[in-house]
Amino acid sequence: MRICVPKETTKNEKRVAATPDTATSLQKLGFEVWIETGAGRAAGFLDEAYTKVGVNVILNSNQIWEEADVLLKVRAPLLQESLDETALLHSGQTLIGFLWPAQNPELLERLAQAGVNAISIDAVPRISRAQKLDGLSSMANIAGYRAVIEAAHNFERFFTGQITAAGKVPPVKILVIGAGVAGLAAIGTAGSMGAVVRAFDIRPEVKDQINSLGAEFLMLDFEETGEGIGGYAQTMSHEFVKAEMELFRQQACEVDIIITTALIPGKPAPKLITAEMVRSMKPGSVIVDLAAEQGGNCELTVPDQNITDTNVRIVGYTDLPSRMASQSSQLYANNLRHLLVDLCPNKDGTITIDMEDDVMRAITVVHNSEVSWPPPKAKTLPTATDKPKILNKASTVAKAEPSGRKRAISTVLGVIIGLTAIIALGAVAPASFMTHFIVFVLAVFIGWQVIWNVTPALHTPLMSVTNAISGIIVIGALLQTTSSSNIVLSLAAFSIFIASINISGGFLVTHRMLRMFRKEKQ
Amino acid sequence: MIPVGIISASYIGASVLFILSLSGLNNQESARRGNVFGMCGMAIAVIVTIFGNQDQNYLIIIGMMTAGGTIGAVVSRRVEVTAMPQLVALLHCLVGLAAVAIGLATYLDSTIQHHGAEQTIHNIEIYLGVLIGAVTFTGSIGAFAKLQALISSSPLLIPGRHALNIVLALICIALAFQFVISGEAPTGLTPLLVMTCLAMIFGLHMVLAIGGADMPVVISMLNSYSGWAATATGFMLSNDLLIVIGALVGSSGAILSYVMCQAMNRSFIAVILGGFGTSSNTTSTSTEHGEVTALTAEETGILLQNAKTVIVVPGYGMAVAHAQHSVSSVIKVLRNNGVNAQFAIHPVAGRMPGHMNVLLAEAKVPYDIVLEMDEINKYFPATDVVLVIGANDIVNPSAQEEPNSPIAGMPVLEVWKAGTVVVLKRSMATGYAGVDNPLFYKDNTRMLFGDAKTSIDDVLKNM
Repeated sequence: MRICVPKETTKNEKRVAATPDTATSLQKLGFEVWIETGAGRAAGFLDEAYTKVGVNVILNSNQIWEEADVLLKVRAPLLQESLDETALLHSGQTLIGFLWPAQNPELLERLAQAGVNAISIDAVPRISRAQKLDGLSSMANIAGYRAVIEAAHNFERFFTGQITAAGKVPPVKILVIGAGVAGLAAIGTAGSMGAVVRAFDIRPEVKDQINSLGAEFLMLDFEETGEGIGGYAQTMSHEFVKAEMELFRQQACEVDIIITTALIPGKPAPKLITAEMVRSMKPGSVIVDLAAEQGGNCELTVPDQNITDTNVRIVGYTDLPSRMASQSSQLYANNLRHLLVDLCPNKDGTITIDMEDDVMRAITVVHNSEVSWPPPKAKTLPTATDKPKILNKASTVAKAEPSGRKRAISTVLGVIIGLTAIIALGAVAPASFMTHFIVFVLAVFIGWQVIWNVTPALHTPLMSVTNAISGIIVIGALLQTTSSSNIVLSLAAFSIFIASINISGGFLVTHRMLRMFRKEKQ
Repeated sequence: MIPVGIISASYIGASVLFILSLSGLNNQESARRGNVFGMCGMAIAVIVTIFGNQDQNYLIIIGMMTAGGTIGAVVSRRVEVTAMPQLVALLHCLVGLAAVAIGLATYLDSTIQHHGAEQTIHNIEIYLGVLIGAVTFTGSIGAFAKLQALISSSPLLIPGRHALNIVLALICIALAFQFVISGEAPTGLTPLLVMTCLAMIFGLHMVLAIGGADMPVVISMLNSYSGWAATATGFMLSNDLLIVIGALVGSSGAILSYVMCQAMNRSFIAVILGGFGTSSNTTSTSTEHGEVTALTAEETGILLQNAKTVIVVPGYGMAVAHAQHSVSSVIKVLRNNGVNAQFAIHPVAGRMPGHMNVLLAEAKVPYDIVLEMDEINKYFPATDVVLVIGANDIVNPSAQEEPNSPIAGMPVLEVWKAGTVVVLKRSMATGYAGVDNPLFYKDNTRMLFGDAKTSIDDVLKNM
């Protein structure tokens, strides 16, 4: 079969659906690969590079569309009066790309009429098996990174805090709303540039992921989890939104940069940053709205524009992945390569769409002249069955609190009992004992503090060195050699003997072990 | 004769050096310096004590220290790294024995006179010191025998063992009263000696009832006991240096025991009561076994070479087979070929805290590619091949998947999330916990049967 890669015609779209690398792999699967001339130029892949790996570079756009068996696209084909790319399609072809089936019912109808099978890469279910196909995640990762770069570009100060001879520069404070793939990428990038990052998400279970990237998770004092089907967020109750908006209102006054990534599948983006909040921000602040294409999380966002409203920059670019066309083309083309490997199990250059396979069923939006979207809500989405588990988790979280209180009570009780015991002891014990006892308690505390810092890798040397220093018991025996009693003297001699084995054996074996630990040579 | 002020000052200096020695173990670079601090501290303490008093029998001191020191030095040089847990157990045993001997000697030493409450406290101190020392002594002997495979490592469960322990404890308490009120030596010698024997029986019995894989807890517990024994000795001799060092060692062992118990998701009490894994094996609910897929060493070699990321999970089986050098060579070849190869260490892998780290260090594996469970668990999904060498329970998915499993809730290395898992194993026997391991039946698991060292050497030949 012949795989054809047309040039993207959507305005400002620089990405391409196949790179010379993936084209090579596709040929190994038995496919013939054609590409329209100049298709990869904007992403830095020249025609010569494709020719070099055996790809046929075609000058005529119509020929690409007409003679293809499989069409690899980034964006959906244009369906405008001036240019209707679907007109050239015919029965038996398969179209693969970001088709957005929910937003483009008309397109699906046209493809079904023409008898074209369509696979929409944005419909990949969020299960681990399908991750390699997930073009949305690949693009979201890039968008998150680029959002920080755009913010840095528009923000007229350093990110990282500095103390220079000329004075002190505080680090920038960034709020990231929504910790999906894009949000996490933004958190990671901003953090590595030295910013102080805070993040918010309605799904409390992403807290660990946020913390692992070094950002602070802003907690909302409210019991409601926003985990929807398939790991995406869902719409929240009125009270929750109120509490959430209050949090954003406070944060807007404090932070310098806000990056919003809140999207709910198939719905307009929630309005989280009001005009009033924007006006409360410090002059020179920046908002980057990654939800601009779906209407924006900020009320003032203008899609595709970089505007200034009362000294606050609001960046509403909808083409962030395309602004890094080389990187995004590479990742997207790899997603498509994985898809074709799955579609062509026999490596014989032909594709078969297996509608029994959960993943294939989910992403095939037009099949055998019929619109097959949305997919039936069957066993396809394992996260749907995960739901009771999530509820369980919520209930254990709720339970955790009283048990935490119980633990606090038991700690307090323990301290009280311990103190009482010590006071009781002090009442009867002679003063000389109590001075030793103070030393003992303090030493236990020092040991407790010091040992927790020992790295687990050195637990064995720790044991052998503690063995060696337990040999200090020898001084007890040394003091006894002054005795005149023969029994005492021989017991002391015996103790000195075995404690000396401990001392020399323990220290030397520790030394030997520690000498073995070495770092990799650079 | 050194003035008392100087002696006290030297003891303070020695204490500080010991604390620095332990805090040096924060990381591998500072650890060696820490060990030198420890040696200096010991030298100061011993020299000051020897020359601090008149009338000391220098002949005995020098003779005994030379003899003991030489034996220690020879043993430390000769011991194999795989035998490190045994050595540690043996050293604990010596501290316990020394505490018993010093306790008895103190009691019999007529030069020290106490009266009234001081006498009572002094007697209690002696009693506790001897008790802890005796338990440490025989407990460590039991641990040593198990580790050295002189006796079976499976738990010894005599009927009514809990009752026996309780009776022993009650007798010890009764003897304590008799001893404390007996006043001056040697009237209380009989109860003291009887208690010493009972404590020795108790220590041995306690350790014998605990199975092989719980050894990390046992060893750290004995470590802790040896510290408390030194503390008790310090109290009876009114020596602050001994008290400080004993407390440091005691809390160190206690923390290690706690960490090990956490890593097995079991309470300390449950481990000490022993008998794990033998009581009822019927709890395992999954009876349907799949097929295991065997693999040859040649195929394993190819698999490893085609991988981009490899994680090796070593367990006690690697130590038993002495396979660490071969494993190290395989990893070296892989890393030279640009494969990202690392090690994942479970806290209770092996028979002693940090056992695997020391073995790998001996085999010249750089420590920066040896990662802990918490660090590495998140990388398994992105890993192509996982090599499980002689480990079983620490990679058992039923800890997470089966709420009824005896090891449910134990933190494990999530190896099954990787592309392919190759398990090196002698046979299909269950692990220490007696729990079947569903990992072996997973679609992405391959079994490489045979002795770990032979298998790894074969794999190396095919690379």
